[in-house]
Amino acid sequence: MGMKETQVTVNVNGKLHSLTVEPRLLLVHMLREKLLLSGTHIGCDTSQCGACTVLLDGRAVKSCTVLAVQAHEKTVTTVEGLGTMEQLHPVQEGFWEKHGLQCGFCTPGVMMTAVGLLQQNPHPTEAEIRHGLEGVICRCTGYQNIVRAVQYAASHTETSAIDSEVAAPDIVRDVIEGR
Amino acid sequence: MSGVFGSKVKRKEDPRLITGQGTYTDDVKLPNLAHAAILRSPYAHAVIKRVDVSKALEHPSVLAVFTGKDIVQKIGPIPTAWLPPDSDIKTTAHYALAIDKVRYVGDGVAMVVADDLYAAKDALELITVEYEVLPAVVNQEAAMGKMAPVVHEDAPNNVAFHWQAGDATDEMFANAPVHVSHRFVQQRLIPNAMEPRSSVAQYNASTGSLTMWLTSQNPHIHRLLLSGILGLPEHHIRILAIDVGGGFGSKIACYPDEALVGFAAMELGVPVKWTEERRENFLVTTHGRDMILDVEVAGEADGTLTAIRVHNIANMGAYLSTAGPGVPTILFGLIVPGAYRFAHAKVDVYGVFTNTTPTDAYRGAGRPEATYVLERIVDLFALELGMDPVEVRRKNLIGADEFPYHTALGLEYDSGNYQQSLDKALGMVKYEEFRQEQEELRSQGRYIGIGCTTYVEICGLGPSQVAGAVGFQGGLWESSTVRVHPTGKVTVFTGASPHGQGEETTFAQIVGDRLGIPIDDVEIVHGDTDRIAMGWGTYGSRTTPVGGNALAIAVDRVIEKARKIAAHMLEASEAEVEFQNGIFYISGHESGTVRQVTFQEVVLQAYLAWNLPAGVEPGLEGHSFYDPVNFVYPFGSHFCMVEVDRETGEIAILRYVAVDDCGRVINPMIAEGQVHGGIAQGIGQALWEGAVYDDRGQLLTGTFMDYAMPKAHFFPEFETAFTETPAPQNLLGVKGIGETGTIASTPAVVNAVIDALRPFGVRDLDMPLTPEKVWQAMQKGSVSA
Ligand code: FES
Ligand code: FES
Repeated sequence: MGMKETQVTVNVNGKLHSLTVEPRLLLVHMLREKLLLSGTHIGCDTSQCGACTVLLDGRAVKSCTVLAVQAHEKTVTTVEGLGTMEQLHPVQEGFWEKHGLQCGFCTPGVMMTAVGLLQQNPHPTEAEIRHGLEGVICRCTGYQNIVRAVQYAASHTETSAIDSEVAAPDIVRDVIEGR
Repeated sequence: MSGVFGSKVKRKEDPRLITGQGTYTDDVKLPNLAHAAILRSPYAHAVIKRVDVSKALEHPSVLAVFTGKDIVQKIGPIPTAWLPPDSDIKTTAHYALAIDKVRYVGDGVAMVVADDLYAAKDALELITVEYEVLPAVVNQEAAMGKMAPVVHEDAPNNVAFHWQAGDATDEMFANAPVHVSHRFVQQRLIPNAMEPRSSVAQYNASTGSLTMWLTSQNPHIHRLLLSGILGLPEHHIRILAIDVGGGFGSKIACYPDEALVGFAAMELGVPVKWTEERRENFLVTTHGRDMILDVEVAGEADGTLTAIRVHNIANMGAYLSTAGPGVPTILFGLIVPGAYRFAHAKVDVYGVFTNTTPTDAYRGAGRPEATYVLERIVDLFALELGMDPVEVRRKNLIGADEFPYHTALGLEYDSGNYQQSLDKALGMVKYEEFRQEQEELRSQGRYIGIGCTTYVEICGLGPSQVAGAVGFQGGLWESSTVRVHPTGKVTVFTGASPHGQGEETTFAQIVGDRLGIPIDDVEIVHGDTDRIAMGWGTYGSRTTPVGGNALAIAVDRVIEKARKIAAHMLEASEAEVEFQNGIFYISGHESGTVRQVTFQEVVLQAYLAWNLPAGVEPGLEGHSFYDPVNFVYPFGSHFCMVEVDRETGEIAILRYVAVDDCGRVINPMIAEGQVHGGIAQGIGQALWEGAVYDDRGQLLTGTFMDYAMPKAHFFPEFETAFTETPAPQNLLGVKGIGETGTIASTPAVVNAVIDALRPFGVRDLDMPLTPEKVWQAMQKGSVSA
């Protein structure tokens, strides 16, 4: 009420969306409530838990700390766009293989963080993985199998594959910019 | 048996969870869904003088605002479902919204329902409440004082209950050759399951039926309690808890907000959703631990322990939560003697009201607290005698040939081999070498320490008769239905309600193993009261020992009936027919000879019913309501090795070694995962976590910025191993594994740190062992190494 609504055009998982939103709407609420992509979770209100992590133009961000309007003309990848059952992303495969999840609530955010981590450091050491996960909280696993899952992903990924999977497809970018 | 039992099978629940297709409560979307928000008291103790909701009602998106006065005639009080016997328990009425008094920061005062989530929260700011602030009390010992503020008029001195057990007398301690006593504090913890609690309710006025999606560990208990609270018949309530993002005890209780959401949906005729914010979770979702414990042991000069007694003042918070009173009494008290041959024991427990968030189960629930004080005082006893703590334990551990063992507090430990566990752990640890290294490093001014826990846990709750005897207002059996479909595929309906523990996989392994079918042919249904007859849920490490055995029995009933049909098909007597790897065959012949039928062929005949033996009905389903004859008693030995930084007081965990025995292991990967998670939470308590209130009852640790949740880089790689002593009193030979890590790790870590600090003369430190506390202790202590 009262708040002037504004137009956002955003590419989410390869699909272009145009929405009218309140300027204060958080990206995570846009994903969950407006686009019905409930794979991205909300675990806190102080930007600590990382459950809401998505890729914004290929970089891991906490979508509870980004306004929907800040994603205007950008590309968002959520867990729903990471891989399919037919072709899982190596990080998803790693989490399944290595029992990197229990309740699964933190998992989408932790996986997106791991994607971001491997993008910057394709062959991290155990300590680097643990430090790279500083921005996420998992209450179930004690992290050990999350570390193993990330190690699995690192050893099952060609460096180029990471880049191509997380970067915004050029064609999508063209569509947005050509509007 | 197909070999799938005991193997490392990837989880069946994972595909939906790693692709973002899970259904957590907040994911549920319904047409016309309205959103609720709750106005919460900013004061720990205050009289509500006036509530003005008129401005909120003017907000164009607001559908309704409810206050305590609006609901008091319509929603019954939230009950307490665990009433320890002979404890004079005061179950004061707890309404879903405060009526004339708030009793802790976070107590609900009003609920707004609006057609938009942001608008509902905006409208909270439009409500005006006038309070008269009263003095508050947060510490349970202070609350028992004569001058303390009174939380509930009907509980004098704020004592909610007083419970005792055991026979140890004053003389046993006064006359003992060795007598050690100490006060320990179990700080309050905040469970912080990563999924905030949430409820969605939809009411159909024409049928009078209410459907609720809930973050629940026990949907059938929720249905039972909500039926009473909302005055709706049980068969008109359906509770769904499909994917639940962790619980750790905090999703057992029936909460005021859950009742409010159901009520609002009924009252307004639209579906309503409420989801906790994390800051609300910190304030209103139950907390754990918070006990002040005076502990004494008596023993002989040779290191033999003879008696133990514990005086426990437990902080129950402002109201008695659903299972709250059971935690510091039954779940804590009965396991106090632990894995040792104590001839006598005594437990004396006061449950006390304070102006704080109610406490209830938190992973381990009572057993970590008991194990902590026991394992700490055993170390102090060893120190007193100048004996090695491992030697004292070895001397007192119940022997493998002494089971079933009857404890001083009346439990019958089913089985164990504590020595084997200890030996295995010592082998992994290289104990003697560590001690030598410790000596050498000390002379260089470096301080390393080693601590251990040789624990036994009571879990697999439990025989219903015992549940009744200890005041639990429910049964503790579990149900299972195994429905075999005409094609031989299987759907299992279990009353257990896993929320991360992986039973969709391990239960499928149980079925696959017994029926000789692939686990992909088995689907496990849980968390839906319309599809599952009845169940008591998942807590107290009961799902595998109780729900798992219920399932095994139901599967065996399927086999029993299938065998009759198979015998008829093979024109043989039932006794002649054997069943292995999914094939019925005639004894004396090897599988693969002509006289055999597959399980699938038999199933098809059961449904076609063209030619069934006389007296056999069509169809193929197995049911069981399994009530265990005893609890189960997992055990193990955990060791922690630390280094304390002399300059900063910081603690580095060098190694963590865990040897656990949960009977037969169904899936080693999942069992190991349970141990990892438990250890992490237990270390969290030892080193970092702790809820802190100020004197006025404000929670100072109310966000993830202030409450130290463990992160990945806080931990080393845990080294885990199992011994397998089959549980003798259940079909599968299994025990629980969900809580062992939390129970064992906290004292192991603290024992290690205190061991490292021995040259400084430090006897004990209160948890969490922050660098500042450790540094201060080193400053005060004299180096005597
Ligand atoms: S929900 Fe975004 S960091 Fe917690
Ligand atoms: S798997 Fe439950 S919080 Fe990480």
